[in-house]
Amino acid sequence: MTPPGLNEVLQRTFSFPKKHFLSATDLNEVEVANLLDLADGFVSLNRQTAKKLDLLKGRTLMNLFFENSTRTQSSFELAGKRLGADVVNMSPRSSAMSKGETLIDTAVTLNAMQPDLLVVRHASSGAASLLSQKVGCSVVNAGDGQHEHPTQALLDALSMRRAFGRIAGLKVAICGDVLHSRVARSNIAMLQMLGANVRLVGPPTLIPVAAERWNVEVFHDMREGIAGCEVVMMLRLQLERMDGVMAPSQREYFRFYGLDREKLACAAPHVRVMHPGPMNRGVEIDSEVADDLSVSLIQDQVEMGVAARMAVLTSLAARLDNDR
Amino acid sequence: MSRPVAYLNARLVDPASGYDGPGAVIVTEGVVADIAYAPDFGRLSADIEVIDAGGALLIPGLIDIRVKTGEPGAEPKETLKSAALAAAAGGVTTIVVQPDTNPVMDEPSVVDFILRRARDIELVNVYPAGAATKGGLGERMAEIGLMHEAGCLYVTDADRPIVDSKVLRRVLSYAKAFGVPVAHRPADPWLSAGAVASEGEFAARMGLPSVPAIAERIMLERDLALVELTGAPFIVDQVTTGAALESLKRGLDRGLPVTATTSINHLSFNEIDIGDYRTFCKVDPPLRSEGDRQAVIDAVASGLIQVIVSAHAPAPAEDKRLPYDEAAPGAVGLQTLLAALLSFHHDGRIPLIDLIRTVTSAPAKLLGLQAGRIARGAPADLVICDLNAPVVIQADKLISKSKNSPFDGRRLQGKVLRTVVDGRTVYAI
Repeated sequence: MTPPGLNEVLQRTFSFPKKHFLSATDLNEVEVANLLDLADGFVSLNRQTAKKLDLLKGRTLMNLFFENSTRTQSSFELAGKRLGADVVNMSPRSSAMSKGETLIDTAVTLNAMQPDLLVVRHASSGAASLLSQKVGCSVVNAGDGQHEHPTQALLDALSMRRAFGRIAGLKVAICGDVLHSRVARSNIAMLQMLGANVRLVGPPTLIPVAAERWNVEVFHDMREGIAGCEVVMMLRLQLERMDGVMAPSQREYFRFYGLDREKLACAAPHVRVMHPGPMNRGVEIDSEVADDLSVSLIQDQVEMGVAARMAVLTSLAARLDNDR
Repeated sequence: MSRPVAYLNARLVDPASGYDGPGAVIVTEGVVADIAYAPDFGRLSADIEVIDAGGALLIPGLIDIRVKTGEPGAEPKETLKSAALAAAAGGVTTIVVQPDTNPVMDEPSVVDFILRRARDIELVNVYPAGAATKGGLGERMAEIGLMHEAGCLYVTDADRPIVDSKVLRRVLSYAKAFGVPVAHRPADPWLSAGAVASEGEFAARMGLPSVPAIAERIMLERDLALVELTGAPFIVDQVTTGAALESLKRGLDRGLPVTATTSINHLSFNEIDIGDYRTFCKVDPPLRSEGDRQAVIDAVASGLIQVIVSAHAPAPAEDKRLPYDEAAPGAVGLQTLLAALLSFHHDGRIPLIDLIRTVTSAPAKLLGLQAGRIARGAPADLVICDLNAPVVIQADKLISKSKNSPFDGRRLQGKVLRTVVDGRTVYAI
């Protein structure tokens, strides 16, 4: 049974105009609002016992993950299956790519199998865009290098909208390794478009040099940075960068930039904490904070991930239907 | 004995003599035999073949001192012959090929191989630049004296900076004894490590590993200090940032024997041209900010930068059709150099004669070549060019074996009508 709310959204005349889902900067406010409404409907669906629809019946979804990511890949896989698509998971790392086949060769090969939707994760910035130029199907960027991870931004926006009822005017601090983070780039673009007030917090070595020109406030003192913020979004750190490379040590990092109760007290009283996962407990976030369901949205984010991806896949497939 | 040829009715621009006006030239036995600073010579003897330039530009053939081919070692990218054909079509009559081949050109037999191949191809003049260090690894000096004797014009480790200051100091001191200039890339290797773009808002947004512009100045300051220490003739291999230009100016003001080059790519494009990860715009050093590009154009106009190079670096589709950080750097440029250069004349930024100087008499003087000027007794390396003819660059129509041109689709003005090397027409339309 399709939940009534979802039915209402599905019957709207708005259709998603883009063939690919590559970057948060490609989207406008109306498109994001519609995706969020749609995703909201899918959240209700996913909480039912009968979760399966046939919106993508006959469609083939290929997950092409050049970088391992159990969580994002299974999120897309579930999203595709719940919509009735056939889902194939490819891990090129362990197969053809190691034999010298290029990204384009792989794409062309897979394209010949007539997938409808190709979900790509790759370690190089711009890889999803490059691939989209060479295939006939719709491409979803599931993370390209240090560039973007737009479905993550969408699920984060969904989590925030559901928690606060709005995004416009929300004070959001994005904390940690912004420099290397595709999650941060997509979130900054999408949150600013939706009218949130975005701050970046981290040591100077982990904040891009030109960040002030992104229309965000930059803080190197975490207490100041999260002061009064309603959302504190922590980013994942790569531990090898914490060994004197970008920060002197894990313990020093945690002392100044790790989110614990004491620092969190500087934020707004109704603050919510987010993290794209997987977390490094005791490095960027204290377990006490991460596991406190009264402040943490981290579990919600995982749930919203499936719904947000269902919204993206549905929208792209509808556009493919219209093309016929 | 070939027939003498008279090129009449041209606009002769010869930076070496400072002449820009009506002109005509008679070529005999591969050299310029006579020049008229008028549309013609009056009566000509009947055995002279006459070519009417129809008012087009007549300039010395271009000298491009930074060209890569794939020969030896990577012939599918480009051979000496395909590069020479591209050069001829672009009005480039002398190319200096870089030593980072396979094998590396770090000893006289490879220099000799290049010169022999060039003689066999018999299109444009080809000279090698030798490696400054063995294998181009920046550790031990290459056979600079023997390579010089064999015919290399300068030494360089090409794209790779010589990190060890002691090694560069020795290379400079040693090469000076043979009068061989040393070219060196100003790039701090640590700041540059892994970078594929220039640090700034654009690279940050695109998530591309980047290098701050100051990395160029850091290395240049060291290099200039070593030039001061050794007094050796030195070529700055591509100045691309405003920050480095300040250092360059101070060095030149102190009278250091330094000549700076820049590439046509850095004059013509900025980092934003990378757009949606266009790998044809991936060059080394990376494209810079618009502020840097403007500073570099001003430096050419003011004479601070004296030589412009194409930085011709062929990369086949399979090396470019990759994610940006994995794609090979470099752009082909021999065939588009002149037209791209002329855009600064058409824009009113740099006087025509000064532009032409950067690719003719300036590099000739730097490397002690007889070419690069139109003078009695000089080699008849000439280009006739329609200054105003519109051209649309189509990368797939370029002669180079690799088509990686960032100018693809660009509308330029300036079309080579005829290229003459040692009196022989090697290209004509």
